[in-house]
This record gives sequence, structure tokens and C-alpha cells, in this order.
Amino acid sequence: MTNTNAIEVRDVQKKYRRYGRRRQFGTLKSALLSGRVLRDLRPDDTFEALKGVSFDVIGGKTLGIIGRNGSGKSTMLKLIAGIGQPSAGSVIVRGRISALIELGAGFHPEISGRDNVYINGMMMGLTKREVSARFDEIVAFAELEDFIDAPVKTYSSGMYMRLGFAVAVHVDPEVLLVDEVLAVGDEAFTHKCLDKFSEFRRKGRTVLLVTHTLDLVTTFCDEVLWLDGGLIRAQGDPRRVIDAYRLDVAQAEDRALGQAATAAIAEVSQESMPAVEPEVQKSSMETPSGTTPSADTSAETTPPDFFKAVEGRWGSREVEIDAVAFVGASGQPSYVFPSGTPVEIRLQVRAHSPVTDLVFGVGLFNADGICCYGTNTEIDGAEAGAMTSQGEVCFAIDRLNLVAGTYKVDVAVHRKNGAPYDYHRLLYTLRITSPVKEVGIFRPPHRWSFSGDICITGLGSANSARPQSDDR
Amino acid sequence: MLLRLRQVLRYRSLIASLVVRDLKARYRGSVLGFFWSFVNPLLLLLVYSFVFTVVLPGVRPPELDPFALFMFCGILPWAWFSASLLEASNVLIAGSNLIRKVLFPAEVLPIVTVFAGLAHFCLGLPILVAFLLYYRVPIMLTDLLWFPVIVLVQLVLMLGLALLLAALTVHFRDIRDLLTNLLTLWFFTTPIIYPMSMVPESLRWYLNLNPFTHLAVSYQEVLFIEGTFTEWPRLLAVGGGALCVLALGYFVFDRLRDTFAEEV
Repeated sequence: MTNTNAIEVRDVQKKYRRYGRRRQFGTLKSALLSGRVLRDLRPDDTFEALKGVSFDVIGGKTLGIIGRNGSGKSTMLKLIAGIGQPSAGSVIVRGRISALIELGAGFHPEISGRDNVYINGMMMGLTKREVSARFDEIVAFAELEDFIDAPVKTYSSGMYMRLGFAVAVHVDPEVLLVDEVLAVGDEAFTHKCLDKFSEFRRKGRTVLLVTHTLDLVTTFCDEVLWLDGGLIRAQGDPRRVIDAYRLDVAQAEDRALGQAATAAIAEVSQESMPAVEPEVQKSSMETPSGTTPSADTSAETTPPDFFKAVEGRWGSREVEIDAVAFVGASGQPSYVFPSGTPVEIRLQVRAHSPVTDLVFGVGLFNADGICCYGTNTEIDGAEAGAMTSQGEVCFAIDRLNLVAGTYKVDVAVHRKNGAPYDYHRLLYTLRITSPVKEVGIFRPPHRWSFSGDICITGLGSANSARPQSDDR
Repeated sequence: MLLRLRQVLRYRSLIASLVVRDLKARYRGSVLGFFWSFVNPLLLLLVYSFVFTVVLPGVRPPELDPFALFMFCGILPWAWFSASLLEASNVLIAGSNLIRKVLFPAEVLPIVTVFAGLAHFCLGLPILVAFLLYYRVPIMLTDLLWFPVIVLVQLVLMLGLALLLAALTVHFRDIRDLLTNLLTLWFFTTPIIYPMSMVPESLRWYLNLNPFTHLAVSYQEVLFIEGTFTEWPRLLAVGGGALCVLALGYFVFDRLRDTFAEEV
């Protein structure tokens, strides 16, 4: 089995018909009337899920396929499984395939688990005798000895999935295709599934794994294929490909957050009324907390409860914050930062007329709306402030010691009495990334040490004050 | 195509299991269970007996007595025909989960509907036999040998139609609704609840174009009407046509096969 290709994929393209203006299902009448019976069966407006993909899988190897949503992973798997044909190119698979695309897809709810095991097994290509030979093993694997004669509709979703998984892996395929189905059952069952995969590998079976669980790919796969937009972006050693993929995801996220921030600013800038007297705003502050103010008022009202406020922008606009940028260690503006790295918040500020009552403030909120940190120039001890035309404000954080997650940022310029010139509420989103999965909000620099005969090893990376160093 | 056919043969035990599953699942939870396979045709017989012996007593020809039994000879195979075809037209859409997620020959599904219908038909036969014996209808053994042939011809015809309908309905969903009405029309243009002899001479030619006419007449001649079986040349002609329908149905099904996973 070794050294020959178990799977050969050559220049595979797959076009899907896209349902646009035309009704989703052609009617026979309309097809006959316009004489388009045959044309209707041909796609006209198409979507290319795969745009020419070629790769081989050597027999006995495990290949992981990763990629963002919509990159063509599942399409690729279906074509290899033989469910659907490529629009162009060829797929050759040597050996019996079993596809774990959806577990228990063929189960009939009204009949017993026993009958379903037989029918499902036979659908996957076993003979009746072969199913009988494996039946006890399947039931034991699924841990369903007590329920196997009950109708499948009485099963819990976990039981259903376990039985589906058990049948699929006991088909004893030469090529196993897995599409993101390992999250079935409790932890013990997951371990059993993973053991089964290891067993497949030991037996020299070929496994194709489509998943978003990158750790699993690193552990199991000999090689990784990264699909992006229907094309192969990279192929090779798991660690290298996955690192490149992670970086790409972070960059894309960065772009998306940037666009979202721009859109949010554009939206609130349209709504808000410049140069409204602060006193007027204070009188309209009556909006009770907890109720969501309507779109127009949210732009003009200073919400009474700071923490429950919705995002927005308000203020008299005598001083305006024109642009906000977040700059990391690289010196480039970004929205995604590794935990524990320096971050600067830079505000481009412009005054329409000279002002002498000036306070700048920033606030950081986590996804639950809890203020992680907030300060302003006055809190930090400034006694007076003034500006006449424009300038840049830079708020530098040496180490942003937050745990991984999404954070919202407030920036503001206001009078000492709190009346805002320009308040940007929760308009900016930052993502903090970290390779370690801590919980909470704050990540203090920390270190473990042990004395006596306690032996704990492997703490090297977590022991540093800055988990995300420059290894990426 | 022949390769595919061999593959279907390889899946015959799956077809058998699916037919059994179909029968089991259909009556699961009902009080009478399998008994419904007997009761359904019986109730149908009751309805037609009521119409033709109580409401319209003068219509039936006197030589066909008991008339209800005459009708039953045609209704029973028709029930198989219409129920299975209706189900087949929907079977790929109903089984979309299988088509999209499991690799197996899709033709198994329409084939199963036809054979499940055959099983119901066979379960209804004892009732027919019981009535035939009760009324002491004389049956010739040589005629009876034709019975499996008639069933086989109907089976082949239905397999072809089922494959054709199943494949086309995936693309044209209105076939289902069309078929319901078409089958009603078809039923009344087939000599099932009236004998061929009552049809005006000028219309017989049209009725003879209907393949089910010859099937129905064959059933009636073999089971009910005295005398030797005379319909057999036409029956065999229908059999030949049925083979063509099967070839056409399979050809269309095979051509459209690759589109199923995307369209259902």
C-alpha cells in the first residue's frame, strides 16, 4: 500500500449553480413553454467552489485539509468521496472509501438501532454477512448495548452520532474521509475516536481529515493542504502550513475589524449633530438605563449608564477626533495584537476654535461590557489643557496584559466637567491573541516555581511574562 | 451503464433490507400493524362495491358477477402502481440526506419503492384469493401460470417509470403534483372499474394505447373471467415496451445522477 498514491486529484474544478434571479426550482411548465428543458438542466450562473486543485495522497498517509469557511474543503471531500462529480479534472481513489461527512445520515427514525446498523453498513458497501460479523463490535464501540433494539428516534443526539460514527469506522475502509465530526459524545468517546484514528494510521490506511481544529491536524497529519478560495494556498509540513494559515487568519481579521471600525465611524458621523450645546444633551439624558435608545438619540444622548451604553458618537464637536489608530510593536496600524505586547492608541485631533478646557480619555471594555481599564489626562494628574488647531494624541501601553479575546475601545475628548466635545463609544474593536488559554481579563506577568519533590515540566512557554513573543 | 447495473445487483441485499425497513417503518406505531396491508385494499373494495352495487346498480354487466370481485382484480395492481410511482417521484428529495451525505447508488431508492409496493401487493393477494374461493370462481391452472408473468411485466414497467420520475422530479418539482392528477385520469381511462366490453368501439383504440389496459385485462382474464387467456400477445408487447421504458428510465437517471447531490 505504501508509495502508491491512494488518492490522486488532478486539476479538479467544481462549479455550482448559483440561484439568482431565476426561481430556485425550474418548473416543467416554464421550461416547456420556452423550450429550454435541456438548457434548464445546465447551469448558467455558476459559482466556482474549486478552481483547479491537484494533489496526491500517498497510501497510508494522513492528510489534513484546512482553510477558512467557503474555501472548498467540504466540496473537495465530497468529490473524493464520489458524492458529486468534478466539473473538470479527475479524482482517482484506490480502495474502499468510507466518508464520515454526516454521522447517521441514513438512519431511519422509526426502526431499531439494530436494523439501522445493518442498512447503514450495507449502504457503505458491506455485505450483510460482514455487518453481522462486526455488529457486536459496533454496538460496543457506540456504547449502546442497552438501546440497540429501541427505535432510533428515541435516541439522544449523542447516541445517534455515536452509532453513526461506530458504523462508519467499522466499515474498515482503505481510505477514510472525515469532515469535522469528531466533536461527538463526551470526552471519553472523543478519545476513543482519536484512538481509532491512530489505529487506522498504524494499519497503514489513508485518512483525509477536514477540520478547523488545528491542534488535531498538528497531532495527526503527516501533511497539510491549505485551501483558500478554491485554490491550494500551501501544502506541506503541518506546523509550517498551520502557522502560515494562522497568520493569514489574523491578518484577515485585522482587515475586517478595520473595515468595521471605518463603517461604524461613517455611520455615527452621519447621524450626529455637530456643535450641540452640552447642556441640551444633558437634559436629554433621561433615557432610562437598560432600554435601548433609538438610533437618532443614541448619537446625541450621553447614556446615563456608562457600561450599558450602545456604541455611538456624540459631543459638541468643538474638538473632534478625526482618526483613531492602534499601533503595535511592528509600528504598523493593526487591530490584532498578541497579549503582552506594546500597543499605542493614536488620536488625530482637530479643534475648530481654540479651547482651554481639554481632557483626553480612553477606556477598554471586554466582550461582556466590563471596563477593563479606563483613564484620562485629568485622572492621571493633568492640571490644564489647551489647543488651538490640531495635533496627535498618543496613549502608549507598554504591555497590554489582557487575556485573549475581543475588546472594545472608547476614546473621548471632553471638558473637565465631563461635557464631551467628541465621544467615541465602543466604536473600535481590538482582538488580543494568545497561544495559551487563560481565563479572566487581566494577564499579570507570572512565574511558577516549585520546591521539594514536586516535579512539573514543560512550563517554559507559559512561564514567560510575554506569552506571544516574536516566534511568528 | 452495464457496470452500474452490476453495481445495483451487488446492492440487492441492501434493497431487500430497505424494503423490509419500509414495511416495518410504515406500520410502526399503528394498532393493526401489518394487517393494514390487508385492510387497505379491503376498504377500497368496499368503497367501489358501494358505488357500483348500491348507488349505480344498473351499470354493471350481468355476466360479471360478483362485480366487486371483478373490480378488485384490477384495483389491487393499480394500487401498487399508483402508490409506488407517487412515492418514487418524491423519493430522492425525501432522501436528500442520503444523496448528499452517503455514497451509494441513488437508483436504490426508487427501486425500493417499487419493491415495497410489490410486497404490499403480495400481502393483498390472500384477500383476493379468499374471495375468489368464496365465490367459487373457476380458475384454470394454465391461466394461473401467466400470473407471475403479468406481475413481472408490471414490475419492469414500474421500475422504468420510477427511475424516470425520480430523476426528473429532482429538477422539476411540479411533476409530483402533475402526477397525482395524471394518475387519477389514468385510473379512469383504464378498464378497471368497468370492463373493456362497455367501452364504445370508437374509444377502444385509444384505451389500447394505454399499457395498463393490457395489464388490467390480463389480471381480469387470468383471475376472474372464465375461458382461456387471450390477452397474452398484447401482454408480451407491453412487456417489450416495458423493457424499453426501463432502458430509457435508467438512461435518464444515469445522465442526471451527478446533478442529484446538488439539486435535492
